[in-house]
Amino acid sequence: MPHRLRLFLMLAPALGVIGLLFGGGLIVALMRSFNYMPVIGLTDPNLQAYARVLTNPDFLLSFLLTFHIAFTSTLIAAIIAIAAALLIRATTTGRTLITFLFQLNLTIPHIVGAIGILYLFSQSGTFARLAHATHLIARPADFPALVFDPAAIGIILHYVWKEVPFIGIVILAQMQTIGTDHEATARSLGATPWQAFRHALLPLLLPGITAASIIAFAFAFGAYEIPALLGASYPQALPVLAYRSFTDVDLASRPDAMAMAIIITCLSAALIWAYSRALHAMVRA
Amino acid sequence: MTALRRLALGTLVLWLILPLIPLAIWSFAKGWRFPSLFPQEWTLRAWQTALSDRTGVLESLWVTGAIALIATILAILIGVPAGRALGQHRFRGKSAVQALILGPLIVPGLAAALGLHAVFLQLGLTNTFTGVVLVHLIPTLPYMIIIMTGIFANHDPSFEAQARSLGATPWQTFRYITMPAILPGIIVGGLFCFLVSWSQYILTLLIGGGRVQTLPLLLFSFATSGRNDLTGAIAIIYILPGILILILTARHITGTHPALASMMRR
Repeated sequence: MPHRLRLFLMLAPALGVIGLLFGGGLIVALMRSFNYMPVIGLTDPNLQAYARVLTNPDFLLSFLLTFHIAFTSTLIAAIIAIAAALLIRATTTGRTLITFLFQLNLTIPHIVGAIGILYLFSQSGTFARLAHATHLIARPADFPALVFDPAAIGIILHYVWKEVPFIGIVILAQMQTIGTDHEATARSLGATPWQAFRHALLPLLLPGITAASIIAFAFAFGAYEIPALLGASYPQALPVLAYRSFTDVDLASRPDAMAMAIIITCLSAALIWAYSRALHAMVRA
Repeated sequence: MTALRRLALGTLVLWLILPLIPLAIWSFAKGWRFPSLFPQEWTLRAWQTALSDRTGVLESLWVTGAIALIATILAILIGVPAGRALGQHRFRGKSAVQALILGPLIVPGLAAALGLHAVFLQLGLTNTFTGVVLVHLIPTLPYMIIIMTGIFANHDPSFEAQARSLGATPWQTFRYITMPAILPGIIVGGLFCFLVSWSQYILTLLIGGGRVQTLPLLLFSFATSGRNDLTGAIAIIYILPGILILILTARHITGTHPALASMMRR
């Protein structure tokens, strides 16, 4: 069998499945967002769905909320993950335990963590009960609203819980490869511990941190079940807004849902690009 | 170690297991009302209910496992040859192929799933088990291909050439040379794919239309209906396979490859 044909046969099933299911799905979503669907007699594409979505003030608010959720949670998680990795790289027992807990956390589906956050931080949850036991509050309503809240604190807490181990594992692995020689050299040349970290270690860790936080950011930007469970009824995160208008009894709102999904896709691609640029610029500065 | 370091380490450990604690306690609690710090009464009722036929937990467990198993087998069958092509060969357009394969891992799956829903509706695949298995290939297959690409990149194809020159048939070469070398990768990749499918929520909800009731869907509806005790029990049941898989593969997930560490997150 010719070499090229063999290569083609090895790749064809994978490219076919991803191209048809993922690429095809995206293309159909794009077509429907233009209200163009020849199969069901819609042959006149237009931009009305985009006009409706982009002029809807709720959409802008949802976008800002979703951006806030993804950006804030990823930033906090990345900082904690770096600190945690620095903290445990020196200890042997701590390292084994935390690495195990990091891995354990990775296996736990998001929905389980989100329910756990709900039971911890709701107004009748564990922390509210602790606050009551220490006489800080008298009734559940006195406890600050940390879930179902417009600032999305509960959602961010969940993502921080889930992303610290993910980013942390990547950083720990990188630290192991890099070793301590660079920092030791910097220190011997008179750098403070902070300077050695900032100028010798951090730039080397950056590619891993960037890759991991991009995956975390993109996930938080496009995830449905966590904001659906922990979010306020208004404003809603973009994926929740898109899903709700997709399942609306009024079928005419489906193009709007498709337009929103396409906008989520484009925005997350653009934000990922900007985020990785910004992160690089920040460390070079 | 200074006291401050100890404190920080302790806080980190506590924070990592914290959300699981109320879930575990709730599953054994009876009427655990505010402001009690612990349940007044302990009971196994939630577990009995969860494991009885009435709640549909066992059926969901079976459906979720079957979907994940079939999606994993398909991902292995499709992903292994693709991994071999990408890991051992250079060809024109390779980076474009890799970008297409990585796409589903970075771009949110919602848009593709919404579009796919329209196509599956025409094909009669919405609200079906088959439709859900197919849509689960979107998040699982790329991981399988990435893992197998790494495995094949470290596998020396000259062993196969030697076996062939010594008179082995193509099947014998595959069976005795290739297979033993790539089997650990297939097992780890397969377990990751299983877990990725096991954790899926929105793709199942969209394509299954609520008719294909997997465990996360059931868990969500119990969590929003205020049955905290049952929710706790189902959540514990739901995370057990992942913990089992972790114990089986812990030494492989050290994160030396960022893609490996990202495996289990969807």
